[in-house]
Amino acid sequence: MAEPGRALGVLVAIAVGVFALAFPFAASGYHLYQGAQVLILMIALIGLNLLTGFNGQISLGHGAFFAIGSYGAAILMVKAGLPFWAAIPLASVVCFIAGFLFGFPALRFGGLYLALATFALAVATPQILSYNGIDALTGGSQGLTIAKPAPPVWTGLNSDQWLYLVCLASAGALYWAARNLVRGRVGRALIAIRDQPIAAETMGINAALYKTTCFGVSALYAGVAGGLSAIAVGFVSPESFGLALSLAFLVGIVVGGLASLGGALFGALFIEFVPNIADQLTVSFGEGAKALPGAIYGVLLILVMAAMPTGVAGVAQAAARALMSSWRPSHEKGGVNVAANCQGKGEAP
Amino acid sequence: MINRRTFLQSSAAVAAFAASAGSARAETPGITDTEIKIGQTMPYSGPASAYGVIGRTESAYFKMINDQGGINGRKINLISLDDAYSPPKTVEQVRRLVEDEKVAFLFQTLGTPSNLAIRPYCNANKVPQLFVATGASVFSDPEHFHWTIGFNPSYQTEARIYGKHILATKPNGKIGVLYQNDGFGKEYLTGLKDGLGADHAGMIVKEASYETSEPTIDSQVVTLQGSGADILLIAATPKFAAQAIRKSYDLGWKGVRYVTNVSVSVTTILKPAGLEKSKGLITAYYGKDPTDARWKDDAGMKEWAAFVGKYMSSKELSDANASYAFGAAQTMIQVLKQCGSDLSRDNVMKQAANLKDLELPLLLPGMKINTSPTNYSPIRQMQLASFDGQSWQLFGELLMG
Repeated sequence: MAEPGRALGVLVAIAVGVFALAFPFAASGYHLYQGAQVLILMIALIGLNLLTGFNGQISLGHGAFFAIGSYGAAILMVKAGLPFWAAIPLASVVCFIAGFLFGFPALRFGGLYLALATFALAVATPQILSYNGIDALTGGSQGLTIAKPAPPVWTGLNSDQWLYLVCLASAGALYWAARNLVRGRVGRALIAIRDQPIAAETMGINAALYKTTCFGVSALYAGVAGGLSAIAVGFVSPESFGLALSLAFLVGIVVGGLASLGGALFGALFIEFVPNIADQLTVSFGEGAKALPGAIYGVLLILVMAAMPTGVAGVAQAAARALMSSWRPSHEKGGVNVAANCQGKGEAP
Repeated sequence: MINRRTFLQSSAAVAAFAASAGSARAETPGITDTEIKIGQTMPYSGPASAYGVIGRTESAYFKMINDQGGINGRKINLISLDDAYSPPKTVEQVRRLVEDEKVAFLFQTLGTPSNLAIRPYCNANKVPQLFVATGASVFSDPEHFHWTIGFNPSYQTEARIYGKHILATKPNGKIGVLYQNDGFGKEYLTGLKDGLGADHAGMIVKEASYETSEPTIDSQVVTLQGSGADILLIAATPKFAAQAIRKSYDLGWKGVRYVTNVSVSVTTILKPAGLEKSKGLITAYYGKDPTDARWKDDAGMKEWAAFVGKYMSSKELSDANASYAFGAAQTMIQVLKQCGSDLSRDNVMKQAANLKDLELPLLLPGMKINTSPTNYSPIRQMQLASFDGQSWQLFGELLMG
């Protein structure tokens, strides 16, 4: 990236970081809950973007891995008495294994067929969760209620602030990890498999291993998000993990921008707030329109995609590029940029 | 404004403080001299959006009350938010209602999982969660959840009534149960066993469950028939109930068939199943069926029709969910009237648990709503009805489940 571009990126990152850190000390409990939801969704979206955006495997079933993370953490906390900081990582390891294993049959499916296979996963999840034989563990259709983790006394925080900060730390760490992953050798291999699978194999990339591992890592992200959701909501039930959740994830990565990690934040904001906006808009159509939020949501989604076909991240990049080029005449750095760019590419494999 | 005060109000510390300071003088959120602000969540979108009519009916009913001058000069402002039947969203919307909108209490939040998700929050913060719209029995638990009270008879109550009726009429019968494999179906199983009592639990000779994803439940009915059962309880949602009614008739089922009152609509269930094949079915009612011609000249039904005519549209006239909401809204008004000038959360909860022989226009004649600090099940009576090939005929006395 060009120097001014990088500077701009760093500035934006710092601004987002400062806002995210100051937020818990300015906002109400309700807004902190929303903030935590956004961060949780962001983690899940980063995970799905690794799989779909970077590796080109479409999943309509990430709600299922989210559910495994949620239920896993809930069961470990409620039935085994583990603290949340132990339960969530354990549950997400389970998700990694589940995702990795699911990755094998996924190898045989391409494109739409994989979408359908994962779709089945999303449809089956709520029913499996309410299955009779395991209801001693899962609470069946009644679900499980989880006590909110109390913040350590020395922090002086309330539980909403604490939960938000836990989510923020997790999202930050997982974002950083994903960023390192896609910028390195692994990321280039994932992208190569997505764009030119045959060429990638010719180059000696073990496509099967990368694809299954990518599925596993993606599921792990969904699992962490699910686990955090369990403690933030304080309740898990089969209804929380319906097909709508999986579809919302897909909407999130497309709106945010495919193959963009930063876009996950925008996607999460969209999933979290646009349904609320749709609900609010129904009021202006009168009482009889109370049945309309779904329709309004649909219209908003179409408008957003029409205006930003490459997602929010794509538009942001285009805007930044336009900004850079308008600077260029007055900046002598312009020439250096190209060199830096080439150098960057030269480092590649 | 979003500030520290909002957070403090939500924290347990202040809840304890409010209790010790005595809430009578303390300012109750959502209550002014001219307004009572209350909140609810409804699945206006998502898989359960058919229930959205409940929220719309209640909003319309409160509008009518406001048009008539409100309660003690206060207008009711019901803020009804969409939760898409998703528990995480319910928690978010309820926190918004309580912390941002500062509602006095919640009314008829809909759905079993949604209400389970917000119950700890409501009780920790002492926000009344009134007349929850669900048939699950777990919401009538005053000992553990003082701030949460149910409304309609639970599925268990209904199934207990069937159990008792079976004991009274066929003490040596053999029962087969067909149930949907979820909370709804299992509550019937639990209630039936409860109604039969431990001594007679052996009367249930076969239980067969189905998943909502199955195209047909014929094989389950065949299994039940093969078990030698002569009494059938159909705890199924409409489509599957219709299949079970038809299949059991076609197999030549000799005994009595009970069907959950979720699946009793003559037009949408019994006609498709076959009216002749539906003859002899038994169910239990607690409300007047708006589609039943017998209530044509009933005063309560006329009140309902007048309200719908003015504040809603004619298609809601025969919607059982809408008439259900009508009764819930009326119960809410009764509680507010009983509160008088003291609309503190303490007193609202106290009055909600202090309903005495309340009769509603759309409840069956003679039915009364009663609550007490130890009884959080407002509607507990039902009356059995049998199908004569044309319509449901009520018989026997009002029964307590």
